[in-house]
Amino acid sequence: MSQILCSPTPVTTKEGIHALLADKGGEEYYRQMRALKVDQNALYLDLQQTCKSRTRTWLEICAHCGMCADSCFFYKTNNNDPKQIPSYKIQSTLGEMCKRKGRVDTEFMMHAMDVAWGQCTCCNRCGLYCPHGIDTGVMFSYLRGILFKHGFVPWELKIGSGMHRVYGAQMDVTEEDWVDTLEWMVDENADEWPGLEIPVEKEGCDVMYICNAREVKHYPEDLAAAAILFHVTGTSWTVPREGWETTSLTMFAGDWEGCAQNLKRIYAAVDRLKPKMVVGTECGHAHRATVVEGPYWAGRESGDAPVPFLHYVEWVAKVLREGKLKINPAKKLKMPCTLQDACNYVRNDGLGKYTREIMGYIAEDFREMDPHNEHNFCCGGGGGLNGIGLYRKERNVGLKNKLDQIRATGAQMVVTPCHNCWDAIRDMMEVYEEHNIKWTFLKPLLLKMMEIPENIEHVDQG
Amino acid sequence: MMQTLVGPCFVVSLVIFFVGMLVRAIWYVRGLDWRLERVAYAYHKERSIPGALVSIGKWLLPGGTAGWRAQPVAMLAFFLLHFGAVLLPLFLLGHTVVLEQTIGIALPSLPTALADVLCVASIAGLILLAVRRFTSPVLRQLNTWQDWFVLVLTFLPFFTGFMARLDVGAYDTWMLLHVFTGEAFLVLAPFTKLAHIVLFFMSRAQLGMDFAIKRGGDTRGGVFPW
Repeated sequence: MSQILCSPTPVTTKEGIHALLADKGGEEYYRQMRALKVDQNALYLDLQQTCKSRTRTWLEICAHCGMCADSCFFYKTNNNDPKQIPSYKIQSTLGEMCKRKGRVDTEFMMHAMDVAWGQCTCCNRCGLYCPHGIDTGVMFSYLRGILFKHGFVPWELKIGSGMHRVYGAQMDVTEEDWVDTLEWMVDENADEWPGLEIPVEKEGCDVMYICNAREVKHYPEDLAAAAILFHVTGTSWTVPREGWETTSLTMFAGDWEGCAQNLKRIYAAVDRLKPKMVVGTECGHAHRATVVEGPYWAGRESGDAPVPFLHYVEWVAKVLREGKLKINPAKKLKMPCTLQDACNYVRNDGLGKYTREIMGYIAEDFREMDPHNEHNFCCGGGGGLNGIGLYRKERNVGLKNKLDQIRATGAQMVVTPCHNCWDAIRDMMEVYEEHNIKWTFLKPLLLKMMEIPENIEHVDQG
Repeated sequence: MMQTLVGPCFVVSLVIFFVGMLVRAIWYVRGLDWRLERVAYAYHKERSIPGALVSIGKWLLPGGTAGWRAQPVAMLAFFLLHFGAVLLPLFLLGHTVVLEQTIGIALPSLPTALADVLCVASIAGLILLAVRRFTSPVLRQLNTWQDWFVLVLTFLPFFTGFMARLDVGAYDTWMLLHVFTGEAFLVLAPFTKLAHIVLFFMSRAQLGMDFAIKRGGDTRGGVFPW
């Protein structure tokens, strides 16, 4: 008998991860899923214990008025397919599951999985357009938790959840890899920035920096850029040895236990190092998972993090405002540019005013998308969708919405301070063969534009 | 028959309506769970109360939110219906008289001309909603029997009351039907989607608090700009 790959049990060992990774594209995983029996009694019990008055009221009082339809980019990009109406999507999955008191079969659960991950990015936009205040994105996130618990989760996110549980990071980056990468980045930049340091595990700094494992594994230059910007602004900063990973594929997967584990690692680092504040990298869901939802997973009754946790855009706006980071006016962006508002920290944490403040410093011809800020559309790849091979086709259809929005601004550059949005924008340019629009994180832009203070030693590498 | 309907039956339906709605409101609040919803309801009262009030208030204003502005036809139909649906049951002259006679509560009453306008507007709103429900591909996907049932249940008291008001004949029959359908509405409201009469406020308050407490309330300076 072949190894069990698909089951309700989360992956907690390296062997488990390797077995899943060896199953290319999750072929065997999904084959096993099709044979996975639903424990209907356990499902009903879960619904009784966790589907309470807020969610039940949302499901029940939905007036079927259809006002959510146009708010959903999947509905728009699928030629107004009625099956893509947020209300329909949730009523036919979670609503039906509750109505049937958990008496649903494998086929139903797999359909619910397709809808929960392939037709909703939990961007929460529809929640702004419902007169009754029904936030379907929140319900889909809840449904993901139920599906995860019963083993019906896309292959990549089963792996992602396992990575966090085993490595404490979304990728197999060990503590040794982490520290080695930091040292490598200091060495790599030592000629240009002689005084550059990445202090590891230093107590009592102003800032503890946390980041995304893929920066460590695939884009270490992003870590170097963060270090240079802290260096140039004279910031007293450090990174923790453990608890540096701020992303949470566990959140995308609906693995709430895994989410809590991630949070506890980060908060333990705060306890150890006692920084005045924590700054997280340019990532949207990581901010949501660590700062917005995170305190609750860590059991904090106030709903607040133990010290101020700033998204990178908040920190950049702050140092620009305080004059610690100065932009050379001659190097400001001249080309028309626009800004991608990441749902997870703009709609869902109000940080749009900081990104706009930054644009005021760095761009001469800044153009807003329509709609923007709180009412922005998802990039098309949020909520984990970018990473799920099974729904690649569905995602690519949805990407068209954001591309149309970007094109309508006439911008040649999209400033994109979020990993997921960045990926989605990169992919839409490729899928729809748009070669005249660029996209970028903030850090590389700032490195090019900043003025270097006289007290900072810098050797131009010509 | 009329005596029974306006007397004991009316009192019983009012009791079912108010107790039913109260139970639903209490059940809603008791079912809130700060851990599950991840909203610290008990903290940050300086943000949660304004958050709830603005979330309700802005949606009670025509054009008060981006959501309303995005759907002007739906907005028109909803508000046409709801002005009358809220004001007429409470403040129509005939109703205030019955209320005072049966349970001794004296409410001010609307001028007849205004009441007529509100009633016609509500009927127009209901017809618009029905047309929308019937013709829009979006609504056709979502419609269930209960959506039509509550629409008819809401339409009947307006229609019968208006026919009686027009006095084009068979006044007593129309009036009897009006009282009967009005009481049916009251009795069934707590058990159908009409429970939104109270749950609208609960749900809007909750989401307003969610955004004000957790999702950016602090950085936005309090409330969400609906």
